[in-house]
Amino acid sequence: MTGVSGDPNTPDLVCGSCDKPLEMRKVEASYLGQTFPVDLPCCPSCGFVYVSEELASGRMLKVEQALEDK
Amino acid sequence: MDGDQVKAWEALCIEEQPPACAAACPLRVDARGMAEKMAAGDFNGAMALYSRVVPFPAIIAHICEHPCEAVCRRAEAGGAVRIGALERALVEEAYPTIRRSAQRARKPKTIAIVGAGLAGLTAAFDLVMKGHAVTVFETEARPLERLRLDIDSSVLPPSAIDADLGALTSLGVDIRCRQRVTGGGSQALGDLIAGHDAVLLATGPGPAVQFSETLRLTAAGRIDLDPLTLATSLPTVFGSSLHSGGDETYSAILSVRDGRRAAVSLDRFLQGASLTASRADDTATGTCLYVNTARHAAVPPVEPADPVAGYCHAEAMSEAARCFPCHCLECVKACAYLTHYKTYPKRAVREIYNNDSIIMGNRKSNRMIDSCALCGLCQELCPNDLAMGDVCLDARQSMVDHGHMPASHHDFALRDMAFSRSDDVAFVRHQPGHDHSAVLFFPGCQLPASAPRQVEAVYRHLCDHLPGGVGFMLDCCGAPAHWSGRKALHQDALDHIRAIWEDHGRPRLITACSTCLKQIGEFMPDLPVASLWTELAAIGLPDHVAARSVAGPLAIHDPCTSRHAHDVQAAVRSIATLLGADVRELTGAEKTTCCGYGGLVSFANPEVGNAFVDRRIEESDDDYLAYCAMCRDNFARRGKRALHLIDLIFPDADDPAARPDPGFSGRRDNRLRLRRRLLRDLWGESMSDPVPPVALVIADAVRADIERKLLLVDDIAEVIAEAQRTGRVFKDRTSGHLTTSGRVGTITTWVEYEPTDAGFVVHRAYGHRMQVEVKP
Ligand code: SF4
Ligand code: SF4
Ligand code: SF4
Ligand SMILES: [Zn+2]
Repeated sequence: MTGVSGDPNTPDLVCGSCDKPLEMRKVEASYLGQTFPVDLPCCPSCGFVYVSEELASGRMLKVEQALEDK
Repeated sequence: MDGDQVKAWEALCIEEQPPACAAACPLRVDARGMAEKMAAGDFNGAMALYSRVVPFPAIIAHICEHPCEAVCRRAEAGGAVRIGALERALVEEAYPTIRRSAQRARKPKTIAIVGAGLAGLTAAFDLVMKGHAVTVFETEARPLERLRLDIDSSVLPPSAIDADLGALTSLGVDIRCRQRVTGGGSQALGDLIAGHDAVLLATGPGPAVQFSETLRLTAAGRIDLDPLTLATSLPTVFGSSLHSGGDETYSAILSVRDGRRAAVSLDRFLQGASLTASRADDTATGTCLYVNTARHAAVPPVEPADPVAGYCHAEAMSEAARCFPCHCLECVKACAYLTHYKTYPKRAVREIYNNDSIIMGNRKSNRMIDSCALCGLCQELCPNDLAMGDVCLDARQSMVDHGHMPASHHDFALRDMAFSRSDDVAFVRHQPGHDHSAVLFFPGCQLPASAPRQVEAVYRHLCDHLPGGVGFMLDCCGAPAHWSGRKALHQDALDHIRAIWEDHGRPRLITACSTCLKQIGEFMPDLPVASLWTELAAIGLPDHVAARSVAGPLAIHDPCTSRHAHDVQAAVRSIATLLGADVRELTGAEKTTCCGYGGLVSFANPEVGNAFVDRRIEESDDDYLAYCAMCRDNFARRGKRALHLIDLIFPDADDPAARPDPGFSGRRDNRLRLRRRLLRDLWGESMSDPVPPVALVIADAVRADIERKLLLVDDIAEVIAEAQRTGRVFKDRTSGHLTTSGRVGTITTWVEYEPTDAGFVVHRAYGHRMQVEVKP
């Protein structure tokens, strides 16, 4: 476990290009012209951001739907 | 949305009209609500409903003439509900649970009521509840003396009178007996008027010459009353309408209504409000609530074991359960969408309009609006022909026009439509060897996606049997754009079809799909168009197709877009019968239900989409016979054995009813392949088979999951190919799996995969619309 997210479901991922374990970083999420900061695991060298399926079909989907109904 | 149009739609739905019983009750007692509660054993709740409108529950339960029973719709199925007996059982059991407290007025007005009959005491009750100070003057020794004298105590026990009177006095009404109010002298009307803010004369029928000095009388010597407001010639004095000398047959419940009508006027007068403004007509009876009583089996009324004592608790519960209760809801019962949202059109129309009118804030009903199948069944069943589909489509167009349509609801379907219309798929040709088309075959986008070989076979058959050249046009009729409220895109699709039609010498169009037929007929009525099925019924089936025994009967499912296409319905049935099928009806064509594709409901709301299919599937154990590719494939997807009519004519397998749903990725492949094969084989054009970017290995469960998430295998292949080129992947050190993502249209598609000798094994895929990136 890298433990970067503190989430036991996060797989033991490294960046394939940089061979670095992922770290939690503040990244920018945007949808329908709205942007907001969120903490997500990503490669510390190249900045490739990882989104787990749990996140995509859970919290992220909720936010997307809320923005669509605004 | 246009407010007037919305009001007109709302007005069509009569579900909120009162049931017959309440409409006939002079007090509008909610017998339906009471019966529902009593049937559930909630007698206290029923009593609360009853005592909210009935001032003297014990008395009225015993002596009301219950006009409600005379009109109860249960009479058409076993006998009217015995509402009177239910009310008595209710009083018997739950009278002590009545809780009432009068409002507290800051400056109580003083009111004198002359006459302690039912009308006077009802007014006293209503006015004391409003917080006024009420004094009642009665000539006799006791209030309600007439009830005691005229009605046998076996009908109206004195204890009932005492209980209701006790409750009235405990609310603070001051009843003074042996007080005769006269024209002059010690207890003169003039003094009452001078000493009170308002006076009500509730002295019962008959002349009132003693008051002639004070009030204007009619020629018959009765107090001259305004029939609607019960006002007299003096502003602070009102009368009960029995003075006016209309129908003087005594009615307990009408006396109560008179007292109530007078109380409304007095209260309005004391508050300085208009006596007439928006006053409900308390004499109206009858209702336009539609009730399909034929739906209910006849059940006779419950007879009490002890007729003198009346219903016991259990008997009252069973009698109450005979109340239907009266509702229309004809459309709701038949529609998976309205059922899912636990609503009915009148309420839904209002909700949709409110959603449309929101300036700032959440549009909570967007998904609800996009979950209607636009199937037209509601209109078919509604006594007033309300078409919810028209409402939802209008709302969708408004959402699109104002930029409020959620992108995610229809994106996938519109992308699929764009693909069908793209140069990768769409093409049009005259019949090989012809430079003219008398006929243009338009199979639509879904049949070629589901049964491409059969489409080719039927095209060859048409070419052999129709003179003048049969052209072929693979394209989309634009229905998805229409259903999603995209007017411009829809028009673009229609214009394209028209241009081709002009270009090809205005041939007669033949469509295989009911939706295409309906679209062209509705939006381009000048184009001659016919259904493939009526055409085949006319020209005959291929020679090699002989009647064969289809195993078992077939239950026929008409697509909702063929609801009114009677010639098509008949042609389909005759072809199937000719082929030896034993065709059984489900609901019949006019009442057919949607398969979940209509209105794009499965894309905006898969749960409702599946509910449509699943409901339909449950109607029969027979294999289903459909003649829309989406209907057939949706049945197959949900595990129902189903055939398309074209499978009967050109069987492609031993057991075509077991043909699986090709799924969205399969549909795309089928269209691409059909185009290549036709152009190569029929028109001799050179076509190269596309080389897939990477070879994929996908287990069935993963494939189904990908379908459910509306992701395409082609897109997944592209994402993997790109990752292999760039090395932009995450690697799971435990499993060795690679994970990558790529933006496909408006979706970031993630794939977890594993390179093997057989190809890339896809373990899972998922997507999101939001974009995430490290801030530069
Ligand atoms: S069936 Fe029930 S709701 Fe309908 S009229 Fe009779 S009591 Fe009223
Ligand atoms: S899904 Fe069909 S029956 Fe239901 S409201 Fe829509 S058009 Fe009417
Ligand atoms: S069928 Fe539906 S829309 Fe028509 S009146 Fe009844 S509840 Fe209303
Ligand atoms: Zn990296």
